[in-house]
Amino acid sequence: MKFAMRIVEQRELLLATVILFMLVVIASINPGFVHPENLASVFNDTSILIILALGQMLVILTRCIDLSVAANVALTGMVVALINSVFPGVPIPLLLVLSLILGAGLGAINGAFVWLLSVPAIVVTLGTMSIYRGVIFLLSGGEWVNAHQMSPEFLALPRQVFLGLPVLSWIALVVIVAVYLLSRFRPFGRELYASGGNPHAAFYTGINVGLTQFKAFVISGALAGLCGYLWVSRYAVAYVEVANGFELQVVAACVIGGISIMGGVGSVGGVILGALFLGIINNSLSVVGVSQFWQLAISGSVILIAVIANSRSERRADRIILRKAIAADALQPNPGTAASR
Amino acid sequence: MEQTMNQATTPNQLGASWKGIAFRWETFLLAVFAFVFVMFAMASPYFLSVWNLSDATFNFTERALIALPMAMLIICREIDLSVASTMALASVAMGMIAELGAGVPAVVVTGLFVGLLCGLFNGFIVTTFGIPSIVVTIGTMSLFRGITNGLMGNEVLNSYPAGFSYFGQGYVHWVFSFQFVLFLGAALLFYVLLHHTNFGRRTYAIGANPVAAEYSGIRVNRHKMILFAAVGLMAGLASVLLTSRLGSTRPAIAFGWELSIVTMVVLGGVNILGGSGSIVGVVIAAFLMGIVTFGLGLLNVPGVVMTIIIGAMLITVISLPIIAQRLKAMRSKRL
Repeated sequence: MKFAMRIVEQRELLLATVILFMLVVIASINPGFVHPENLASVFNDTSILIILALGQMLVILTRCIDLSVAANVALTGMVVALINSVFPGVPIPLLLVLSLILGAGLGAINGAFVWLLSVPAIVVTLGTMSIYRGVIFLLSGGEWVNAHQMSPEFLALPRQVFLGLPVLSWIALVVIVAVYLLSRFRPFGRELYASGGNPHAAFYTGINVGLTQFKAFVISGALAGLCGYLWVSRYAVAYVEVANGFELQVVAACVIGGISIMGGVGSVGGVILGALFLGIINNSLSVVGVSQFWQLAISGSVILIAVIANSRSERRADRIILRKAIAADALQPNPGTAASR
Repeated sequence: MEQTMNQATTPNQLGASWKGIAFRWETFLLAVFAFVFVMFAMASPYFLSVWNLSDATFNFTERALIALPMAMLIICREIDLSVASTMALASVAMGMIAELGAGVPAVVVTGLFVGLLCGLFNGFIVTTFGIPSIVVTIGTMSLFRGITNGLMGNEVLNSYPAGFSYFGQGYVHWVFSFQFVLFLGAALLFYVLLHHTNFGRRTYAIGANPVAAEYSGIRVNRHKMILFAAVGLMAGLASVLLTSRLGSTRPAIAFGWELSIVTMVVLGGVNILGGSGSIVGVVIAAFLMGIVTFGLGLLNVPGVVMTIIIGAMLITVISLPIIAQRLKAMRSKRL
């Protein structure tokens, strides 16, 4: 009984149970879906979402939000694709580094407004989101960069199989481990939680909250830049509307994974499960025989149900503390006399 | 006797002092509007035509109708990102009932009713479970748009009754379109509601301090519920206008509008963190955004580039007062 309670309280375990249940249902309709090979391809499909959601998690932990990630992906992707189509000789590792730096730069612009001018993050990123999209149009003139304009090496990297998994999946795994270590074992990771959990307390313990938010934006931007290359290379096309609206999927993955939008609460495991949840739904609809047109409605209801479930578990925790406090009061009905004694 | 003396010596904070007006956000916006207007008039010979300017209003009235209640909702520390999806859902409902042969009144009522329902649904989830509205409405944004996609697939609904086109295309008098007149009326209504009624005072009170508002006897949840319903209803109304103007419904109708509506509200000087803002500011911001998109269109600037300008405008206009404040603080420190 106690064990069952702990499972319900542990959001990650609850979410994992729901995902397992979902997989069982899907498998009963179409056993092929849970074949390890297919599950690996679902993970590969979800890799970009996982990477972006982990970056977004760092930002949300500090009580900010980054709505410009999808525009960042599209802009960096376009720049890398243009460089590759004009100078096919530029080595791919250099392009990768460039996409990281460019993405980090775009993130730094967001972070600077939040840090130095204390403009609310939602306003800044709402603005930069449309600016970055517009810049893609200026750079490309509205033209598409198609597969035949990209070099074979440029297209091959994320697809190359290494130890049984495509490089794209490996990159996601590396990012997962890195963000996990950062958030759990580095002082900076703890600063992220502290800045969002209680900014005033964080300030008085000597944490520069603004600078922490800035850094979170830079990391989120760098990861978005990386995804820019991965996205363009994987889908073999770059145009203005790449990843349009994807920022909301990224935020949704975080929210389903139990990241509190008020900051300070959340874990890497939750985010991965949140992203996988969306990934499995997106990939399984056709397998189960549901029209692709209903996909968005289903992810919408999933987000709502997850958010309601999370809020209920939070409220229950509140009540337990309250009950303890009431119980303590009941034991000592008159604190005044207790003190005088 | 003493009282009159006191009245004379006490500076009247509520009255309009010269400085008070000059440094108000609305005045600043109006100045920007005037500047942009003059620039466009000089840049394009077609700009200063009454009919062209009348056409320009179609660019923003539908969004601005939603921006009015949205401003009150944001002042109240909530937000609704699902408005564009609400519009889509309302539009599909209208299209489907029109397909069944319903008349104009039935179609319009359907649109308004679906919008109202969506708003009530948002309000219900936010107030019942105490979840931040930004999260809830990101969810309902997918949900409402998703239902639209699911119901429509790849179809287009366009069998609207004959008189239906009036709402989006008709003119009340001379150059004043039905939409524009409706918007002016709604702006007046929301101005009175926010600035001259108890309901409006309560909105500010909740935005300034929800806990204090609750303890001073304001039914916070009921208040928020009403505002969510109002936003939904206005989204339904905007959907009637847009559907009537386009004459058809597609699943992607009004896609991405939620962000330009929020931009409009924030540009109008409403604090995104709640507690302050005015309807006058939002109305001027609506005109400003409308005139910028229209003027740039006349100058053959492509739509995507306009988004750069709107985005840059949003960030600059928000940052400028903060920078000015910082400079002022630095100067006073040096003295």
